[in-house]
Order: sequence, then structure tokens, then C-alpha cells
Amino acid sequence: MLYGKRLRGLAVASALVLSVAFALTFFYAPLDADQGFVQKIFYLHVPMAIVCLGGFIFGGICAIGLLRTGDRKWDLRSYVAIHLSLILGVGVLLTGMIWAKASWGSWWVWEEPTLVAFLVAFLLYATYQPLRFSIEDPEKQARYAAVFAVVAGAFVPLNFLAVRLAESLVHPRVLTATGGTMPGAMRLTFIVAVVGMTGLFVTLWKYEMASKNATFRLRALRRRLGDDELPPARRSAAPAAPS
Amino acid sequence: MAAPPAIELAGLTRRYGERDALADVTLTLPAGATLVVFGPNGAGKTTLLRVLATLLRPHEGAARVLGRELPAESWAVRGRIGLLAHDPLLYRDLSGRENLRYHAALHGAGRERAEFLLDAVGMDRRADEPVRFLSRGMVQRLAVCRAVLHDPDLLLLDEPTSHLDPAAAELVVPLIGRASARTRVVASHDPAGGLAEADLALGLRAGRTALLGPAAGVSPAEVGALYR
Amino acid sequence: MIRVALAVLRKDLLVELRTKESVPAMALFSLVTYVVFRFGLDRTSLEGDLAAGVLVVTLLFAAVLGINRLFVAEREQGGFDAFLLAPVDRSALLVAKALALLVILVAVEVVAVPAFVVLLLGPAFDPAALVVLALADVGIAVIGTLASALAVQTRARDLIVPLVALPLLVPLVIATAHGLSPLLSEGGGGLDAGWLAVLGLYDTVFVLLSYAVFDFLLED
Repeated sequence: MLYGKRLRGLAVASALVLSVAFALTFFYAPLDADQGFVQKIFYLHVPMAIVCLGGFIFGGICAIGLLRTGDRKWDLRSYVAIHLSLILGVGVLLTGMIWAKASWGSWWVWEEPTLVAFLVAFLLYATYQPLRFSIEDPEKQARYAAVFAVVAGAFVPLNFLAVRLAESLVHPRVLTATGGTMPGAMRLTFIVAVVGMTGLFVTLWKYEMASKNATFRLRALRRRLGDDELPPARRSAAPAAPS
Repeated sequence: MAAPPAIELAGLTRRYGERDALADVTLTLPAGATLVVFGPNGAGKTTLLRVLATLLRPHEGAARVLGRELPAESWAVRGRIGLLAHDPLLYRDLSGRENLRYHAALHGAGRERAEFLLDAVGMDRRADEPVRFLSRGMVQRLAVCRAVLHDPDLLLLDEPTSHLDPAAAELVVPLIGRASARTRVVASHDPAGGLAEADLALGLRAGRTALLGPAAGVSPAEVGALYR
Repeated sequence: MIRVALAVLRKDLLVELRTKESVPAMALFSLVTYVVFRFGLDRTSLEGDLAAGVLVVTLLFAAVLGINRLFVAEREQGGFDAFLLAPVDRSALLVAKALALLVILVAVEVVAVPAFVVLLLGPAFDPAALVVLALADVGIAVIGTLASALAVQTRARDLIVPLVALPLLVPLVIATAHGLSPLLSEGGGGLDAGWLAVLGLYDTVFVLLSYAVFDFLLED
């Protein structure tokens, strides 16, 4: 199945929305009274976190697809989603740390429950690729990775709940944008930023799927043409071609 | 009314990564008959046995064992198949008797059967020692007991008399030999001996069928050619 | 299914009794860890939050030792095949292994908890803490079995198990530590139903989840 169609349109649209989001962040959104300019990192950090967690859960749903149908294209979808979310996750942690340093003076704040819960989830998903890599048989690899993705996906909400419960007893939230509700200008900027980030994720996801599918097709064609110089498939954490 | 064939394979294919472990294997084995499988190492003999044992799923083609379709109805035939492979499937820290009782519990068989088998293979006196202290030949005898504990209709044997001295080999014949009146699939490296015991002969090379026909019509020399 | 699970459990406990591989090592590990904590924290007596934390962490790391070994015998002695050839419900293996791990954890705690009370605990020990530990043990047993099953096919088994199990156990650690802390304090509090509920929820979710996915790990 070709994932390339409408990809260019999607890429352009996402780039546009992200640019609008940046513009809004710098010129439209109000300046925070306490934290000043630094608070604007909120419009990068939180949308990234939302999309990252959404990506993990989407990866878990695709994994259910693999377990129910046995069709390996679900494995590819799950893998790409989780792998992209991991990259976003690094970004979330870095922007979170920058924000903490700039507004509170220390690189890490244990009092911020969502950041801590995020770290735990990130550490869990960081095992996804080593786990895949250490199983050689491609079918088993796909299946075990799917079980992992389902369990980890179910774990994410539980984890956030537990961490939130632990911290809320003692400390007030630290990295909040406001006390509670968001004023209109902030909300608009925030929503645009989330949409843009989602668009970026979907674009990258489709792009990577298209690229991998093209590679599989190429390899299968070469094999069928009896290409002698075809190197044997290297052991990897990424899904192999569905047979 | 004749019983349905014990095994029906049509275009059976099983891959391992990009390689074909078994490719396009087709044969029919009547109930009560013996199929002997020859082939060099890596030819697919063990894979074939494992697919028939319902341990591996066919990737392509059709497989019916004891009248049931694999893998959809694997659960229905599992209890009627006995596998004796390279691995004896015995826990080394438990005694022979304890191992057999465990397998009996898994298969819903009775203890008396375990005792009868231990006696039949001459292991009743050493059945209470941990398996790790027994010689390979004794372990093989225990493995034979394990394989027939639940009185299976189909026996899958991977070089069953390896590690057995002639006396022990004689003891296991009534349990797993032709006289046991069960349908059998035997993987063997012994052309003359294997052919003598079989009704149908299959020769595999690189997963493909290189030879298939009634055992009476196959000569040991033809089998030998597979290995070259 | 229960009959089969009990047969497998019986076999596992028999092997453990015969070889004494896991329980003594885990118990000894707990004692050594207490000594390490004593020096690492530079304290001779602990109470409240700190006591709860040290106890939970020690039990958790001792559990990881046991989890690593849970499926090893199956993998190395062809036990998976023996089980897979039998006409049984495959979830029985999950139930059996989780129960085996639970029994092992309780056996270790029989040594580790009194040792903790003697060596490091300041205030008197409130037996209600055993309720919290029991619920925690169930969670550790279920997650441990799942992590062990996931890792059994991999080549870096011993490394993958803690990396997968520990993050998954963080909510359990949070709930257990918060539940234990008032019980290990001077003039302490009582059982906090809220944290017990969290533990119960966690255990239930993962028991159901494990039951649903375990079959897929045994196929083919």
C-alpha cells in the first residue's frame, strides 16, 4: 500500500499550521506575569508531550491490530508510531528541563507530577527497541513487541494517575501555565500548537511508512528477479517485510 | 468404513525469516501407516515434525492431522500426538517418576500408566533419581515413556533409537515401533533400517521434496543420493 | 485450567525445593542490601517515609533476582515444548508462574521483613503493614511474570527484565511506600484505604491485561 499520496499536501499544511503557531506564540499570546518570556516554551513543551503520549497509545492500538489479525502491516504502524514518539519524548524532557531551569533555577523538579510521570513512561518505552533487537525471528519480534506496546500503552494512564496522586498531596503544581483556566489568547495559541504538532507527527509517520514500504517492495522485486548480490537481511529492531 | 488419512499435507510451506524451511510439501499418510523422512541436516525434517506436532504454524498451504485442520483446530489434536525429538523434555532436577507424573497431570493420564511404562523400559529401579544423574541412554528411555504416556494416535519420532544400546532399543520397540499399531512419522539417518520399517518414504533437501513414494519402491542408494 | 496450573505450580515448587536456587539467594540479598543502605544513608535507624522506601526498594530488587530465573528452566530444558504439546489452556502457565513467584516472594519476606525490623526499623512494627505488602506482592508477581515471559526469548534476558519491570512497577512502588509509611512511623497512622485502593486497582488491571496478552507470547 502506498503511503505517499497526499503526503506533500499534508506536509505543507502541517508546516503552515506550525508556522502560524510559532507566530502566535511570539506575537499574540500574552506574556506571563510570573515567568516572563520563558513561559512561552509551554507552547512547545506541552503540545509535544500530548502528541508523544498520544503516539504511544496509538502504537498500542496498532499493536492490538497485529495481535488480532496477524497482519504485519500493523506491526510497522505500531513501530513507527512508538519510535517517533520516543524522539518527541526526548524533546519533551529537554524542553521541560530548560523550562524548569529558566523559571525555577534547577534542571529538574520532582514536584512537577506530569514531568515525572513522563520520565517513567519514557524510560519504559526506551526498552522497546532493545527488546525488539534482541529477538531475531521477525514474527516473534513483531508479536512480542506488540504485547509490550499493549501493556505499556495501558500503563501510561495508570502511571500518570499514580504519580499525580503521590505529588498532589504535598506540592502544588510547578510548571503550570496559569492557575487554572486559560485566557482566550492563550487557548487559541495552545490549540493551534497542538494541531500543528499533531500534523507534524502524522506527516513524519506517513513519510517513514512510505519509505519503509518502498524499501520492502524494492527488496522483494530484487529477490524475485534473482538478484545474486542481494545482501541477506541484517538483524534489526525495525520490522522486516511482511512475508 | 475406512478411517480418514492420518496426515494430509498440500503445499505446506514454513519460512524462517527470508529462507524457506519447508517449501511446498504435499503428501497423504493413511492411518496406522509409517512415514520415514530422510534428508541432510537443515533439510527441514525437524521443522516438518514440529509443524505436525502443532508447535509451528504453517505459513502457506494446508495441513490436516488426524482429520483436523492446522492451525485452526490444533487444540483438538494436541492430546493425540506424541513427540520424541532431540530434546528429551525432562526436568533435570526431578526424578524420572516425578517427570512422568508431571506430564501425566498435563495430559490427564493416570499414574498407573507411568508406572507401567517405567517397568516396560526397564527403568523402574532408577526412576527416583534426578534425571541429571542418569546416562543419556536412560534419559532417552524416559523420553520414550513421556512420548507415549498419553497413548497418542500419532507418533512423531526424530531419530528415536539414537543413544540407545541394542538391548534398550529392543525394549522400546513395542512402544514406538511398527508393532505399536500407531500412525508414525520417523525422521531417520539410516536408509536401510528406515525403509524397512516404513510404508511411505519422503526425502527432503533444502525444504523441498526430493523424493516421495512407497518405501518398498525406494532403494537405500536413492536415499544416499540426497546427502550428496 | 486450575488443575493444570496447580500441576505446573507443584512442579516449579518441587524444583525450587530441590535446587534451592532462588529463595536463599534472594533472602541473603535482602540482608546485604540492608547493610548497604545502613552505610549508604549513614543511618542506623529508620522510620516513616525512609523506612518504607528502604523496605520497598529492597524487596523490589530482591524480586528482580527471582524474576530473572522464572522461565529459565523452561527455556533451557525444553519445558515450553512439553507444555505446548499438552491439550491445556495456555493461560494456566501464566497463573502457575505468577503463583510460584508469589510463593517465592512470601518465602523471602518471611526472612527479609523480620530482618528489617531487627536491623533498621526504629518504631515498633505494625502488623497491618503485612496487608500492604501482600497486595504489593500480587502486583510484583504479575508484572514479574509478564516481564520474564517477554524477556525469555531475548538474548539479553537478565538486562531486559529489570528495564521492563521496574518502570511498570513505579505506580506500585508509589502506592506501597505511601501505604507503609504511616505504619512504620512513631505513634503512626493506620491503614490508608486510599492507597490500598490504588494497589488493588493496579493489581486488577495488570492481572486482566496479562491474562489477555499472555497467549500471544506462547504461540508458534
